[in-house]
Amino acid sequence: MTAQAQDTLFIGVGNPFRSDDGAGTAVVRSLRGELPAGVKILEETGDGAELLEAWKGTDCVILVDAVQSGAPPGTIHRLDARREKLPSWFSHSSTHSFGVAEAIELARMMGDLPARLVVYGIEGLDFSAGTELSPEVAEMVPGAANLILKEILQLPASRTASPF
Amino acid sequence: MKRVNAKSFKVDILARVEGEGGFGVKIKDQRVIEAKLNIFEPPRFFEAFLRGRKYSEAPDITARICGICPIAYQMSACHAAENAFGAQPQGAIRELRRLIYCGEWIESHALHIYLLHAPDFLGYEDVIQMAKDHPDAVQRGLRLKKIGNAIMTLVGGREIHPINVRVGGFYKAPTKQQLQSLEEDLKWARDAAVETTRWVAKFTFPEFQRDYDFVALRHPSEYPLNEGRLVSSKGLDIAISDYEQHFAEEHVQRSNALHSANLERGGYFVGPLARYNLNFEKLSPLAQETAKESGVGRECRNPFQGIVVRAVETVYACDEALRIIANYEMPEQPAVQVTPRAGTGHGCTEAPRGILYHKYRFDEQGLILNAKIVPPTSQNLRTIEEDLTEFASTRLHLPNDRLEWQCEQAVRNYDPCISCATHFLKVRIERE
Repeated sequence: MTAQAQDTLFIGVGNPFRSDDGAGTAVVRSLRGELPAGVKILEETGDGAELLEAWKGTDCVILVDAVQSGAPPGTIHRLDARREKLPSWFSHSSTHSFGVAEAIELARMMGDLPARLVVYGIEGLDFSAGTELSPEVAEMVPGAANLILKEILQLPASRTASPF
Repeated sequence: MKRVNAKSFKVDILARVEGEGGFGVKIKDQRVIEAKLNIFEPPRFFEAFLRGRKYSEAPDITARICGICPIAYQMSACHAAENAFGAQPQGAIRELRRLIYCGEWIESHALHIYLLHAPDFLGYEDVIQMAKDHPDAVQRGLRLKKIGNAIMTLVGGREIHPINVRVGGFYKAPTKQQLQSLEEDLKWARDAAVETTRWVAKFTFPEFQRDYDFVALRHPSEYPLNEGRLVSSKGLDIAISDYEQHFAEEHVQRSNALHSANLERGGYFVGPLARYNLNFEKLSPLAQETAKESGVGRECRNPFQGIVVRAVETVYACDEALRIIANYEMPEQPAVQVTPRAGTGHGCTEAPRGILYHKYRFDEQGLILNAKIVPPTSQNLRTIEEDLTEFASTRLHLPNDRLEWQCEQAVRNYDPCISCATHFLKVRIERE
C-alpha cells in the first residue's frame, strides 16, 4: 500500500433509483478494481452528515455527484472545493436540507475540510424515479471515470500537508 | 418547465428539483387563498418496481426509498411479509429490531434538530451560519447522529441501506460483546440528548395550535416502534390490517400528489408529537422527567414544540438502546424460518417521522403481486397545508422573505422527508 493510497478517499454520491442522480454511483462502480490498491472507495446517498464523517481524517478526497446547473446533459464539471465555494446547483436540495454542498461549507466553517477536496459534477437531465441513466449522461460516464482515474494516479505521493 | 412568478425567489436553487414541486402560498386581498404542496413520490415507482419480485427482496428494495430512514422501510416490509406468512420473531430478534430502530431515531432526530430546524429558531439562514456562533452545539449534534449511525452499522451491517435485515429477523446476530462496545457512547448520547432537550426548550415558540387528530401506534407495554394498534386522539383504535378501512390516499385535483386522509375526519397528524401525546406513559422515566423539566407538558399541541418532543424521544431511544443491550443474549438463530404462502400482509411501524404503512399481496411462491406504501410525510401533507394556511393568515403583514422563512419553519415542524416525499423545501409566497 502506498502513502498516496492510504490518504485518498474516492466518494460517489447519488441515488441509482433516481435516474441520472445515479451518475456518480455509476462512475464509482466503473472504477472499482481500476484504482491503486488502498484508495478507499465509498458510495454515499448524499446525506451531508455522512460525508463529514466519511472524510474525517482523510487528506485527499475526490467526490463525484450528479448536478443540474443548466449546462448540456453529460457536461463534466470539476471544482477545487478548497479554493471555491460550491455553487448552489451542487445542492441536492434547498436552504435547510443538508447535502454535498452544505457538508462542504459546514466543514469549511468549522475548519474541518480535507487538505485536498476535488468535486466532479456530471450534468444530469432526468432526476425522476427510475434506474436508467439518460443516454447523454451514460455516454459520459467512461470519460468522467478516465479523468478521475488520471487525477488519482497523478496525486503526489504524500498528501499530508495542506497546499494552502 | 420553470414555474417562475413575480414573487418567486432563488429559482436557481430549485433547478435541480424542477418538476418535483414545492410549497406555494397564494395571497389575495389580505387572505391566504391557497397553501399547496406538490411532492415527488418515489413510493409510486417502487410499488411498480416491486411487482413480480420475491418477498425477500422487499426490505432491501424499499430501503432505497429513503437514505435517512431505511430501517423504517425494512421493518414495515419485514412485518408485512411475516404477517402474510404467519411468522412472528420474538425474544432477542424482536429486541434487535427495536435496537436498530432506536439507532435510526437517534440519527434522524439529531439531523433534524441540529442541522435543519434549530437554525430557524435561532435566526440563522442555515446550520453553516449557525456553526459560526454555536460550534459546540453543531459538534454535539453531529456526534449524536454518528452514535445513531453506529448502532445501525453494527446491527444492520451498513448504516445506509443496511444489508443484515431480512424477513424473519437478521442474516447474522451481533454478539453481546459487540453490542456492549456501544454502551459508552450511548451513555454519552443519553446525556447529550437530555442536554439537547434543555437547549431547544429555551427557544421561542410561536403561539400556534390546532385541534389535531394525532395518529400513532400504541403497544400495551412499550413506547411504539415496531408493533401496536393504530390509535388516534379522537378515539380511533384499530388493528393495522384495518388501515385502509379508515385512511385513504386521495388525488388532489390541483396537484399530482396523493394526500392521505382519515375517511371520517380528514387531515391527521403523525410523527413524534402524535406518538408523545398518545404514549407519554410508555416513555422511560428519564425521558418523562426530561419532558416535564422542559415544560412541554404531558400534552403538547403546538407543532413548533415538536423539536422539544424529538429531543425527548432521542433521550428515550438512547435509554431503550441501553436497556436492550444490557438484557441482550445472542439468539441461537438470527432469524425464524419463513415459509411463503399466498395471502396479504400488512406492516406498520413508527418511522422517525411517523407511521409508515406497507401492504403486499403475495402468490403461493412469495412473489409480490402488488404493493402499497404510504410514507409518513404523505400522511401529514393535508395537516401541513392546513397549518400553513392558518399560520400564514396571521402573518400577512410580514415582508415576503420573512413570511417565507416562517412558513418554511412551520413546514419543518413535520420534518418532511427530503428523500421519500419532498426532495427539497422552499416555500414561495405569491401575492395577487
